[in-house]
Amino acid sequence: MSYPSVERFKDITDRNVLALQEAKQAGVKVVGQYCIYSPLEIALAAGAVPVSLCGTKNDSIPPAESILPRSLCPLIKSSFGFALEDSCPYLAASDIVIADTTCDGKKKMFELLAERKSMFMLQLPQIQNEPALAYWKGQYERLVRELELRFDVVIGVKELRSAIRKANRFRRALKSVLDLAKRKPSPLSGMELMEIAHRASFVPDWDKATELLEDIAREVDASGESPFTASAPRILLTGVPVGLGSHKVVKLLEDCGASVVCLDNCSCYKKVRLMIDENADPLDALASRYLDTPCSVMSPNPNRYVVLENLASEFRADAVVDLTWQGCQTYDVESWSVKRFVREKLHLPFLQIVTDYSPADTEQLKVRVEAFLEMLR
Amino acid sequence: MPVAGIDVGSVAAKAVILDELTNNVLAHALVPTGWNPRQAGEDALDRACAQAGVDRPALTRVTGTGYGRIALPFADKTVTEITCHALGAVHLFPGTGVVLDIGGQDSKAIAVDADGSVQDFVMNDKCAAGTGRFLQVLSGILGMDVQALDEAAGRGRPADISSMCAVFAETEIVGLLAQGVSPEDVAAGVFRSLARRMVSLSRRIACRGEYTFTGGLATLPAFVRCLSSELGTTVNVANDPQNTGALGAALIAARLC
Repeated sequence: MSYPSVERFKDITDRNVLALQEAKQAGVKVVGQYCIYSPLEIALAAGAVPVSLCGTKNDSIPPAESILPRSLCPLIKSSFGFALEDSCPYLAASDIVIADTTCDGKKKMFELLAERKSMFMLQLPQIQNEPALAYWKGQYERLVRELELRFDVVIGVKELRSAIRKANRFRRALKSVLDLAKRKPSPLSGMELMEIAHRASFVPDWDKATELLEDIAREVDASGESPFTASAPRILLTGVPVGLGSHKVVKLLEDCGASVVCLDNCSCYKKVRLMIDENADPLDALASRYLDTPCSVMSPNPNRYVVLENLASEFRADAVVDLTWQGCQTYDVESWSVKRFVREKLHLPFLQIVTDYSPADTEQLKVRVEAFLEMLR
Repeated sequence: MPVAGIDVGSVAAKAVILDELTNNVLAHALVPTGWNPRQAGEDALDRACAQAGVDRPALTRVTGTGYGRIALPFADKTVTEITCHALGAVHLFPGTGVVLDIGGQDSKAIAVDADGSVQDFVMNDKCAAGTGRFLQVLSGILGMDVQALDEAAGRGRPADISSMCAVFAETEIVGLLAQGVSPEDVAAGVFRSLARRMVSLSRRIACRGEYTFTGGLATLPAFVRCLSSELGTTVNVANDPQNTGALGAALIAARLC
């Protein structure tokens, strides 16, 4: 299936690096961000461009293993390998990198990364309650001061409000694309949803990205076509982030006949799930919205289940697949509770897949995926 | 009319020929897979056909399963071994609730319904410990074939084997032998370690109903005793437990009529 708006989006996002270089030459500051607990709006309010950083390719893992333990998760190794090899143009362009103390592996890796790159660490609490929220807002205040000093700007309520509106517009546009898959059959494949979300996170011109995404939503919505038949099993994919280069399980599921209708992870749907209150105190609104993110590093992590229940029903999922990167302890342990919840409360079939970025286990995974889909028929 | 199911595994290729109306097994055959899964599948099927006195063109349908299923161009349909083992096991033992299968390169626990449909499954295929490969390692070290190993293990008192990895277990086994631990006790220790891994794998799915044990290791009486003692219950074992997957495949071929 080929839509002109999707092709145009791909064409323009193919030139993301070039556009970023141009912006940089024009004096715009670039803020690299790894995780979705890092707020986009504070960088935007500073007049800078927030961009995602590379971490979804297998190629950068072997160099990383010269320093990091092999048993670490591929996402951390891949991210670090890019930094070691200086092969991520977004990282190279970043004037500062914002990172969060999400999991143990990441925070220790960031200590090593700080030897090579100017970093700002947000100390993420691992519980979602009032004291944690107050603390988290304090972290955002630190970030505001840091960017004000570094970029010699003022980040006030006005700038933050305007940034929140800009980011919300972008979120709504991306959400309207991802929500197209609620239709049965879905007009977009899971691979397309994944690729669109991935590419959108590297666009330097936010208004442009918003416009392009709105075009896709309009065009695809009007077309009424689908690459799937109505009987293709609809999969809600949950768990770890997935991007171009780490997409093998999404592809495998769809090669075997499934339709991945929603990617409940921080590279895709978790980004657009909630908008940010445009009228409240900006830092309060930002801190509470971002801390709400249901990552497995939170203990307990009640929102994970609320979100799964909502998404399974909104996207009319036939089954849930939980993807875990090898070495990601929090998602791996949490999978047991997620399985119990999905089977006993949602009454849906559940499959956990533990793997890494390499293609080595493709045939073995295929048996699992095919058997799972046979089970659904 | 006869139909066939072929299961090309990493160690052996199995074929079962079934009467599609009565579901009676007309013949079955097993050949080593070797390096050519397609040839092994052909050979197993030819042998089973010869035994049943059926010409291959007379087969109404052929279903392929096992890791070599993609190498069988003559199969009308391919289905995973999970689905096939479940169907085969429930056909043989209608009270089956859980199928345990230890193959040459993976092991699996499958929760099944009364009609043989899969409810849930877990697999171990990332690690050789807990698979038939683990026994091949032991058989190499002790210089015994698998049947001799089973007899030895039946006589031994299990030595403690703590390694979770087949490669490191090899080091551990060599160490135990050097300390003077008898091959019987080592073999019994390896059996217990394998059985325990299988039990913990099966605990990851909801277990109810009878256990049916399939795959090559189910032909070893001492291992079956060890597994049921670790499970704390008896396990069903068919006469030719390696054929369960091929039987399931043949049942699918028969259903398609």
